[in-house]
Amino acid sequence: MTSIAKPPVRHPGLQRNALGYTVRDYEGAMSTLCAGCGHDSVTAALVQSFWELALPPHRAAKMSGIGCSSKTTAYFMKQSHGFNSVHGRMPSVTTGANAANRDLTYIGISGDGDSLSIGLGQLSHAIRRNVRMLYVIENNGVYGLTKGQFSASADVGSTSKRGEANQQPPIDPVLLALTLGATFVARGFSGDKAQLVPILKAGLSHNGLALVDVISPCVTFNDHEGSTKSYKFTREHDVEISAADFVPLRHEITAQDSDEEMSVVTMHDGSTVRFRKVHDGYDPTSRESAYAHVRACQQRHEVATGLLFIDEGGKDLHALAGTVATPLVDLPYEQLCPGNAALQTLMNEFR
Amino acid sequence: MTERMSERKSARMTTSMTTSMTAPLNQRVSGVNDFAFKMATVNGTGSASANSLLMQAIFRMGIPVTGKNIFPSNIQGLPTVYEIRVSKDGYTGRPQHMDLVVALNSSTYAKDVASVRPGGCLLYDSSWPLEPELVREGITILGIPFGRMCVDAFQGDRNRTLLRNIVYAGALAALLDIDMDIVGQMLLEKFAKKPKLLDANKTAIRLGYDYAKTHLHCPLPFHAQRMDATRDSIIIDGNTAAALGAVFAGATVGAWYPITPSTSLMEAFKEFCEQYRVDPETGLARYCIIQAEDELAAAGITIGAGWAGARAFTNTSGPGISLMQEFIGLAYYTEIPAVFYDVQRTGPATGMPTRTQQSDLMSLAYASHGDTKHIILFPCDPADCFQASVTAFDLAERFQTPVFVASDLDIGMNDWMCKRLQWDDSYRPDRGKVLNAEQLAGVKKFSRYLDVDGDGIAARSLPGVHPNGAYFVRGSGHDKHGAYTEESDAYREVVDRLARKFATAATVVPAPEFHRQPDAHVAIVSLGSCHAAVLESVDRLRDQGIIADYMRIRAFPFCESVKAFIASHSAVFVVEQNRDAQLRSMLSIETGLPRDSMIAVLDYGGMPLTANVVVSAVAHHLTQVPA
Repeated sequence: MTSIAKPPVRHPGLQRNALGYTVRDYEGAMSTLCAGCGHDSVTAALVQSFWELALPPHRAAKMSGIGCSSKTTAYFMKQSHGFNSVHGRMPSVTTGANAANRDLTYIGISGDGDSLSIGLGQLSHAIRRNVRMLYVIENNGVYGLTKGQFSASADVGSTSKRGEANQQPPIDPVLLALTLGATFVARGFSGDKAQLVPILKAGLSHNGLALVDVISPCVTFNDHEGSTKSYKFTREHDVEISAADFVPLRHEITAQDSDEEMSVVTMHDGSTVRFRKVHDGYDPTSRESAYAHVRACQQRHEVATGLLFIDEGGKDLHALAGTVATPLVDLPYEQLCPGNAALQTLMNEFR
Repeated sequence: MTERMSERKSARMTTSMTTSMTAPLNQRVSGVNDFAFKMATVNGTGSASANSLLMQAIFRMGIPVTGKNIFPSNIQGLPTVYEIRVSKDGYTGRPQHMDLVVALNSSTYAKDVASVRPGGCLLYDSSWPLEPELVREGITILGIPFGRMCVDAFQGDRNRTLLRNIVYAGALAALLDIDMDIVGQMLLEKFAKKPKLLDANKTAIRLGYDYAKTHLHCPLPFHAQRMDATRDSIIIDGNTAAALGAVFAGATVGAWYPITPSTSLMEAFKEFCEQYRVDPETGLARYCIIQAEDELAAAGITIGAGWAGARAFTNTSGPGISLMQEFIGLAYYTEIPAVFYDVQRTGPATGMPTRTQQSDLMSLAYASHGDTKHIILFPCDPADCFQASVTAFDLAERFQTPVFVASDLDIGMNDWMCKRLQWDDSYRPDRGKVLNAEQLAGVKKFSRYLDVDGDGIAARSLPGVHPNGAYFVRGSGHDKHGAYTEESDAYREVVDRLARKFATAATVVPAPEFHRQPDAHVAIVSLGSCHAAVLESVDRLRDQGIIADYMRIRAFPFCESVKAFIASHSAVFVVEQNRDAQLRSMLSIETGLPRDSMIAVLDYGGMPLTANVVVSAVAHHLTQVPA
């Protein structure tokens, strides 16, 4: 993962957020991905989201595995801690970090190879544990760093650059997450920042694992005619079945509230997600409805996007484990060691 | 052979060779407070509680005692054996000979009868005629109709099966002169809240006791007699003690995947945490235990938590260690503290999950691809597991690296008599070089991997503490600042420092334990659960005129004194429980001493080591090789 520092040029007129940071302060090293890579657009959407939410960078941890997608954690929030772990194992490392320090904001960036092949088990179990984190899958249907093999998300019939057609059925992370009981499931497109940013912001405020599958075309190995993960195919087949706006807590909710077409979900921190009605009968708080719509779109060869499902009532890892509110790393040793008097009492039970 | 050896020894040994040897080699003479017996039963029938009742009662009589549970990898229906050794001299190694065998499993009769020492006793269930298999010359056969007595006294199949164990415990109490007041008291403690069960158990114990008293000659020539040698001791297994150590060391995150024989470690940790780690006001937990989907995830969770600043651990066995390899290398190279308990079992592959071995030594020492080396602690008994736990967390944080506690099934799951555990309340965790917010505030540009003090250990920062401490952890090639690199020199600088760090660790890890004798002419090197049997073998060798110095290795990397000890003896026996003499290889690799200069004594059949194995091997070698 090569990293080249960006020149620290500051435009004096750049807008500052509540912490006094400009959007540039949320950027990272220069990207080393191919020009036009979808992942760089996802990075830009992430930067925008962090800036808009005024996230303190050093209270965020960027977690990743191995692959093109996993490289991108170096390209945003250079003032944050980052952990580029091993292939497919980002979820477990994040689970451990979250168990130890629940107060940090965890941003996991993964890909379709990292999460749907080698790391499928880890993704599944992180969902089941509902580890509080934003989990972005930059999904391009192909192994980029090893030059173009199909990944587990490649659609049947989608062709490789050499013209070979994929024959194995794809794993759709959205359907998988819905099945596994995920409490926040969304899909975006790297080419649609306006849709992606509110989704990412809502995901960052979610009290649990927020899975965001982002179709992010690989310009080098999977952007040709015959690919179902190309810019062209995605633009032509993208169906926004749920359109969400995210309103952080500190923003006052204004006139739009009265809009009859809106339904509102309140996040655990008091922020709100407002859904505009774009699809008849779609209910983003119903797992069954979400599943059925995504399946229906799939059968029509459409790519269902939007914040597809949300359940703010679910318990996260810590609620499930019943841990104290203070991060475990901040507990003083005196609260952890029972001491010799207790030990001696205990020893009597071993006689 | 004994005579021949004495002759040869006396020729080359000096004054100590005066003991006349009346008993043949390896033949122990049993007697009061010096005997062993075993119960051969079917697993899942409730014999465990009767067996521990007997063991604990002897312990409470003040007599040193140890138990070995030789159990199958199965829940119900297969043969299981519980061995109890009573030793006034305090020997805790596995006994070689059984003075008394209780044969209650017809499928293992032949084996059980064969395991009685000549002149010993066999106790069988005489509800049925004596099977021809059970007949053997030279032993005493005792019959008690356990089955019939239970049918007459109790209702229901399950009750009868379960209480049969208590009946035989009662009979053994009579035969071995175990204090019935103590047995009664223990039943009272155990069933204090279940009066119905208490009554049934009291009846059962009395049934067996009275029958034996009336029909058999009690007590047997070898039996128990009150002593005062267990006042400061406890009976505990290694997994429980290790878990307790983790609680006292301040571990807060435990991740694991169930695997025999390490499972009970996390179960004990959970139990102790529920007792000691619950916020009294909120009832919330000051710990987080995660049962992972596999050992890979367990390792990842442990490393993630260690990176975030918690004391975190995982417990596993050989197959789990194999699965964790990639993560172990990541933690080594990115320098993240993590504690791994490896409760070793018999490999390779699935091997024998309920049998013991020390066969993960090399796979721990050099775990993962690339150049890697790891700190390992080798506790020798449960009390040592408690201490090793605490040391492991201190070393992991001090050296920012994975630390292994290499226990095994024998230590981890068997009941050992140990000194009461003690805790020094002035202890504070060694967190190592961790920069706090104040220190980070003064740092202009934080570089993660700088060796400022020359000990190979760089200062680390924890996520979330201060903006200046932020850095990017990467398993890919990095330079001393933590930045990605593909430059040879920058890469080498970091891995060379890691080697220096390891050299520093060799000066800090627990030094070996030496047991020296004047005029020793041979040396024994061993580790882990072999310790008890080796200590006993040293005494027995001395009885035969073979004077041995003994070094118990307590940690890897080896410190200087390990090499010095080996180099200063001409005959060095390395005793270990694996086929390939892994410890001997490691000693050779790390000290540069020739592998063949050390004699391998190997015992790898899956059973806990007996002193006989060592005594025979050493004595045999000395008869083969002229001094």
